[in-house]
Amino acid sequence: MDAIKKYLGIVWILLGVYAGYDRITDSLTKIASDKLEDRVFGWVVLCVLVPIVVGGLILFGTYAWQEEYDE
Amino acid sequence: MTGKKAKVQQAVSKRTLFSVISASSVGTLIEWYDFYIFGSLAAILSSQFFPKDNPTAALLSTLATFAAGFVVRPFGALVFGRLGDLVGRKYTFLVTLVLMGGSTFAIGLIPGYATIGFWAPLLVLLLRLIQGLALGGEYGGAATYVAEYAPENQRGYYTSFIQTTATLGLFVSLGVILITRESLGVEAFADWGWRVPFILSILLVGVSIIIRMRMAESPLFSKLKTEGKISKNPLAESFGKKQNLKMVLLALFGATAGQGVIWYTGQFYALSFIQKACNVEFVQSNVIVAVALLGATPFFVIFGGLSDRIGRKNIMLAGMLLGVLTYRPIYDKMYSLTDLTTRQELSDAQTISRKLAKQPNGDLLTTSTKSHFYSDGLIAKDIEKTIATSKAPNSPSKPELTKAVVLPSRSFWLMIFLVFIQVLYVTMVYGPIAAFLVELFPTRIRYTSMSLPYHIGNGIFGGLTPFIATALVATATKANEVAPGSVDKPYLEGLWYPILVAGVCFVIGLLYLNNKRYTTADD
Repeated sequence: MDAIKKYLGIVWILLGVYAGYDRITDSLTKIASDKLEDRVFGWVVLCVLVPIVVGGLILFGTYAWQEEYDE
Repeated sequence: MTGKKAKVQQAVSKRTLFSVISASSVGTLIEWYDFYIFGSLAAILSSQFFPKDNPTAALLSTLATFAAGFVVRPFGALVFGRLGDLVGRKYTFLVTLVLMGGSTFAIGLIPGYATIGFWAPLLVLLLRLIQGLALGGEYGGAATYVAEYAPENQRGYYTSFIQTTATLGLFVSLGVILITRESLGVEAFADWGWRVPFILSILLVGVSIIIRMRMAESPLFSKLKTEGKISKNPLAESFGKKQNLKMVLLALFGATAGQGVIWYTGQFYALSFIQKACNVEFVQSNVIVAVALLGATPFFVIFGGLSDRIGRKNIMLAGMLLGVLTYRPIYDKMYSLTDLTTRQELSDAQTISRKLAKQPNGDLLTTSTKSHFYSDGLIAKDIEKTIATSKAPNSPSKPELTKAVVLPSRSFWLMIFLVFIQVLYVTMVYGPIAAFLVELFPTRIRYTSMSLPYHIGNGIFGGLTPFIATALVATATKANEVAPGSVDKPYLEGLWYPILVAGVCFVIGLLYLNNKRYTTADD
C-alpha cells in the first residue's frame, strides 16, 4: 500500500499541472469575454482556484512521493 | 486517554455540553441566516443598490456576490483561526458573531443608490467582505469549541448539531422574508420592507451574544493556557511545518474538496437545475428543495453519530462515491420528469390568459400566459411579459419570454425524492466532517489548521460548482449548435465538475486517510 501511495504522488503532480493548464486556458477565454460576469469569474478562477489546485496538488504529490503519508 | 484528559471531560456535565452546543449552534445558525438573506433578496438589493446602467456599480455588485460567497471565507479562516489559537475559542467566535450581525444590520440601513449614488454599492461590497471574513472564522470556532467539550468517543454526534445550522439558517432566512413580505405586502416590501430581515438580525445576534458571553472557554484550550503550551505563531506552525502542512493538504484533497462539491451540488445546483434546465415554476421548485432539505436534515446527526462507531472516513467517502456513481442517472431522471418532447399534449385544452399590473413607478406590466396541458397532468406555460412606460404607453418593450412547468403530483414527489437522495449524500459527507477535522490537528493550532481546508474545500471548490457547471453546460450546448448531436445530453455536462473533484477526493481519501480517530499528543 505504501508503494502505491508513493508512486501515485507522480499522478497527483501531473494532475496538478494538467488542471492548471486546463483552467488557465479556460479562464483566459473568460477574461476576454465581453460579459462582466464571465470576466469576474475568469479572474476568480485564475487568481484563486488555479494557485490552490496547482500548488496544492503538486505539494501533496511531492509529500506522497517522499513517503510522508506512509503508515 | 490520558488521566488529565479524563478529568477534564468528567468535569463537563451533559447539561453544560448541551448549553455549549445550543450557544454555538444558535450563533452559527444566525451567521448563516445573515449570510443567506443577501442571496435570497439579491433581486431587490440589486435594484436598490446596483443600477444596471452603471458599469462600475454592476462590477461592484458582481464582486459583492462572488467575494463574500466564497473568495473571502478562507482569509477569514486564517485571520480568526490565528486569533482563536492565540486568544481562545470563545472570544474569537464572539467577535465573528458581532462582525457578522453588525454588518448585516448595517446593510439594512444603507440608503439606496438613488440617495447616495456610488457610495451605496461600495458600502454594500465592504459589508459583504466583512460578512465573508466573519463566516470564515465562525464555523471553525464553533466546531472546535463543541468538539473540545465533547467526550472523545462522541465528537461526531455532538459536532453534527453544528452541521445542521447551514441548512436551518437557510430556512430561517426564507421564513423571515416570507412573513415580512406577507405582512407588509409585495409593494411595500420591495420599497422598504426588505430592510426588516436585515435590521431584525441585530436582535437575534444580541440574544446569541448574551448566551455566548455566559459560556466558559473550552476546557482543552484552558488546560493548554494554564500549562503555557499555547502556540505563539499558529499560522507558521500550521502551514510552515511539514508535519502539519501535509495534514492540511490531506484534509483538503482527501475530504473537504469532495465534501464541498457534494454539498453545493445537492443543496444549490439541484435547485438551479430544476429551475433553469427543467423550467419548473419558481414556487414549486423552491418547495421541492425545501421539503427534501427538511426530510434529510436529521441525517446530519445520524451520520455524525454513526461516524463515532464506524469511522468518519467510511461515511464521508461513501457519500462521495455515491455522488460520483449516481449523479448522472439522477439528473437524467430529473430532466425526464419535465421533458415535453416525450409527452402527449392535449391539443384541445390550451388556455390563454392576460394580466395587467401597474408598477410602483407608474409603468404598466402586461403578462400573457399560454398554458399547454399534457396527458399525465403536467402543465407547461409560455409566459410573455411586456412593459409600457407611462411616457410611451403605446410603445411597449420587447417581449420577455419565459417557460414554466408545473409538475403533476406524482412527478412532484418523485422530484422531491431525487433531491432528497442528493441531500442524503450531503449529510454523509458533511455530518462527520467537523469531528474529522478537529481530530486531525493538535489543540494548540486546531482552529487555524482546520478552518483553512474547510473553507477552501467548502467555499472555493464547492462555491464554484454552480458557475463551473453552468459554464460546462453552455459549452456543450454551443458545441451542439455547431455540430448537432456532438454532445449527448448537454444538460448533464455540468455534473462533470463535481464528479471529477469528488472522484479524485475519494481516491485520495481511500488511500491516504486513516479510518481510526486521529488523536493528538496534547489531547
